[in-house]
Amino acid sequence: MPHTVPVHDGLFVAGSPPRLLGSRCRACTGHHFPRHRTCPYCASDQVDEVELSPTGTLWSWTAVTAAPPGYRGAVPYGFGVVELPEGLRVVTRLTESDPSRLRSGQAMELVLDPLHLDGEGRQVVVPAFAPAGGP
Amino acid sequence: MTSVEVAGVAIHPFGRFEGVTTTELGVAAVRGALAEAGVGRGGFQAAFCATAYGGVACGHRILGALGMTGMPIVDVEAGCASGGAALMLAAGAIRAGQYETVVVFGVEKMPKGVIRSSFFEPWQEEAGLAATPAYFALRAQRLMATSGVTKEDLAAVVVKNRRQGAANPDAMFRAEVSPAEVLASRLICEPLHLWMLCSPNEGAAAVVLRAGAPGSGRVRLDAAVLRSHLPGAVLSESTPMAGLVDVDVPAPSTLAADDAYREAGIGPGDLDLVECQDTDAARELLAYEELRLCPPGGATGLLAGGATAMGGRLPVNPSGGLLSKGEPLGASALGQVVEVVRQLRGDAGQRQVEGATVGLAHTVGRGANAAVVICSR
Repeated sequence: MPHTVPVHDGLFVAGSPPRLLGSRCRACTGHHFPRHRTCPYCASDQVDEVELSPTGTLWSWTAVTAAPPGYRGAVPYGFGVVELPEGLRVVTRLTESDPSRLRSGQAMELVLDPLHLDGEGRQVVVPAFAPAGGP
Repeated sequence: MTSVEVAGVAIHPFGRFEGVTTTELGVAAVRGALAEAGVGRGGFQAAFCATAYGGVACGHRILGALGMTGMPIVDVEAGCASGGAALMLAAGAIRAGQYETVVVFGVEKMPKGVIRSSFFEPWQEEAGLAATPAYFALRAQRLMATSGVTKEDLAAVVVKNRRQGAANPDAMFRAEVSPAEVLASRLICEPLHLWMLCSPNEGAAAVVLRAGAPGSGRVRLDAAVLRSHLPGAVLSESTPMAGLVDVDVPAPSTLAADDAYREAGIGPGDLDLVECQDTDAARELLAYEELRLCPPGGATGLLAGGATAMGGRLPVNPSGGLLSKGEPLGASALGQVVEVVRQLRGDAGQRQVEGATVGLAHTVGRGANAAVVICSR
């Protein structure tokens, strides 16, 4: 995707596949997203930046049918929690906005979803999880 | 230690009041509570004003309009639990002997629509991650997946609270609703339909606290506790972007409830009524478990058996709850306390819980903040 910009810096690294940028605590081994300088679970500052697994399983989901305040994209859109192999559960957009087409434990993969065009005509993208092996 | 009693309470109805300012709402509630307490200018030594959207020096504007300034006036913000936080500060100061009489009030004029707050970063709003009802929906869905709660159960909470709210002249919605009507209302975020969500609105409530006089016969404030969240729970009201678990981290409501039971020297079995946070229908069922009104997984059994309806073993939200009253953030916790106090005095009219002597009020929300207040007579 040419001329794309992330909705926010430091959330992910582009690539095939893209990966969320998180952190891992050396003291308690817990993972975080987005990155934290201090571990929110144990307050240690021995925290390393890590690229998180690009695949996971669906744990909870819904769809947002009305645009929330400040939102710049289309509705409806999927919204849920994906559990990563690291043991981290990430609150995330989903590319599937029909809840009836999603099921618990479904394999999901990270993609960069177009959100809106910014003032300079660039495509703003947001990390989202899609059903794995989709089109 | 000094005990704390409730000398006066008042509420400005919750609803939408075009042309009425935040200050005017607050003045109405404060004036009413002071009159009931028989307290005038110079009769209190401190004031706490609970508000999230009231702006700079909201409490000063309200007391200034009443010609009653000079004492310390402190605005308190703790999301949905702001009023509980203000009561905690006031009661603690009275117990410590710092003040004899304190006025606590909460006021709010909420923006219309989905609640917008500075809690989220601008990019989170832009990306659609500030969709507050969606977080409620994810929690409701997990409750359905783990506890066997159905959408019909969620509708039953709404039907119960709206029936109870029909008897409350201070509520915004005073019409009873049927389960079919609730399920036919617009889907907001699966599984939550519009009528399963409380409406942000406007209102005010006030409580005058003072050092207890033995044998006064007045309602006592036995505990007012505020707690915040512990880290790790992905679906906590702190709305983290990620977390590790959904169980095994005590919820802020449980932390507050356990502290409050200890402070009051009672257990959940001693309660005669509860006013709890029903931001959405699933939230009330979660509160049953978090406040230890039932064992884990027992919420639907408690609801279905009628225990939490009027006439049941432990009526929950006899005021109609936020589902009937709407939610003016800064005023909602004190609105609950006004209801509990009136119930304990036997002044609740048609919605009176007969013989009630111990009541609990619970709020939880953004922060996360959770407050639990216990009163008795």
